Amino acid sequence: MKRLLFLLPILAFVGLFAVFGVGLTHDPKLLPSQLIDRPLPEFELPGIAEAPGGGPGFASASIRGEPALLNVFASWCAACPQEHPVLTRIAEEGVPVYGLAWKDVPADSRGWLEKWGNPYVKVAADEAGRTAIDLGVTGVPETFIVDKRGRVRYKQIGPISPEQWTDTLKPLLAQLRAEA
Amino acid sequence: MRALLIAALLLASPALAVLPDEMLPDPAQEARAREISKELRCVVCQNQSIDDSDAPLAKDLRVVVREQISMGRTNPEIIAYVSDRYGDFVLLRPPVKPSTWLLWAGPFILLLAGAGGLIAWRRPRSSSSPVAPLDAPLSAEEAKAVAALGDPKS
Repeated sequence: MKRLLFLLPILAFVGLFAVFGVGLTHDPKLLPSQLIDRPLPEFELPGIAEAPGGGPGFASASIRGEPALLNVFASWCAACPQEHPVLTRIAEEGVPVYGLAWKDVPADSRGWLEKWGNPYVKVAADEAGRTAIDLGVTGVPETFIVDKRGRVRYKQIGPISPEQWTDTLKPLLAQLRAEA
Repeated sequence: MRALLIAALLLASPALAVLPDEMLPDPAQEARAREISKELRCVVCQNQSIDDSDAPLAKDLRVVVREQISMGRTNPEIIAYVSDRYGDFVLLRPPVKPSTWLLWAGPFILLLAGAGGLIAWRRPRSSSSPVAPLDAPLSAEEAKAVAALGDPKS
């Protein structure tokens, strides 16, 4: 019994070590989205004039009918060019990708789309960043997967890697397409 | 000179992240906005409140808080508005609910466990000690063991 008491601090240390060790593997920057399984917050935003493929902008209600991606980007975002080829590939595979330029001067967004190419079916400018707050955006890039009925089903924080697309997002989209 | 330095240190106030153009004209409302902002975590620079932070997103949220005040919302409504979008994580004072019970009660549980341990430790040992008092004569067995060691003088 005494010997067990002597072991107690060591056991407590090992326990705490394990708990904090596991804690270190979590990224505190990844906030779980509050929107999962909730409808996309309502918005109606202007487009980016004269951008390649840039039309009149879009409203939240227009992302409906088929599963789609809503990608938040900005011309000042360092990781966005890294994600760009993946988004282009996703668009080429026939998935509608909507673009939301966050806190960006429309002329800069236009320059960015001219430089890298426009993978989006529609682009809207959220210059004031209010729609992004409704979406719970904490940084760029972030991507929401919206189902047929306009509900958010998944949120990706940070750039989508090719592996994440093939292993996680693509199967999820297939599953959402199969839903009634 | 030293007095001057001390005075300068005492009079210095931390620079404010809140910019004059964000402030509400009514000082009472502005004070409420400051109070609410101090309760909300900046999601970009995570250990600052939005009242402290210079991050653009923190500024946007400060503006949202002030707009909501102008719209006549109450403090709990405004805090709920923000946590509805960013989750409990933005609340610098976590709410008490089943998933945070351990967080709130943890320090007290540890304190009680420590106090219990200390009391058990400090309680006098029971008198039936197996060790014989020092002045007791050697037992036959002990005398034999000493003899086996030999005479140190030889």
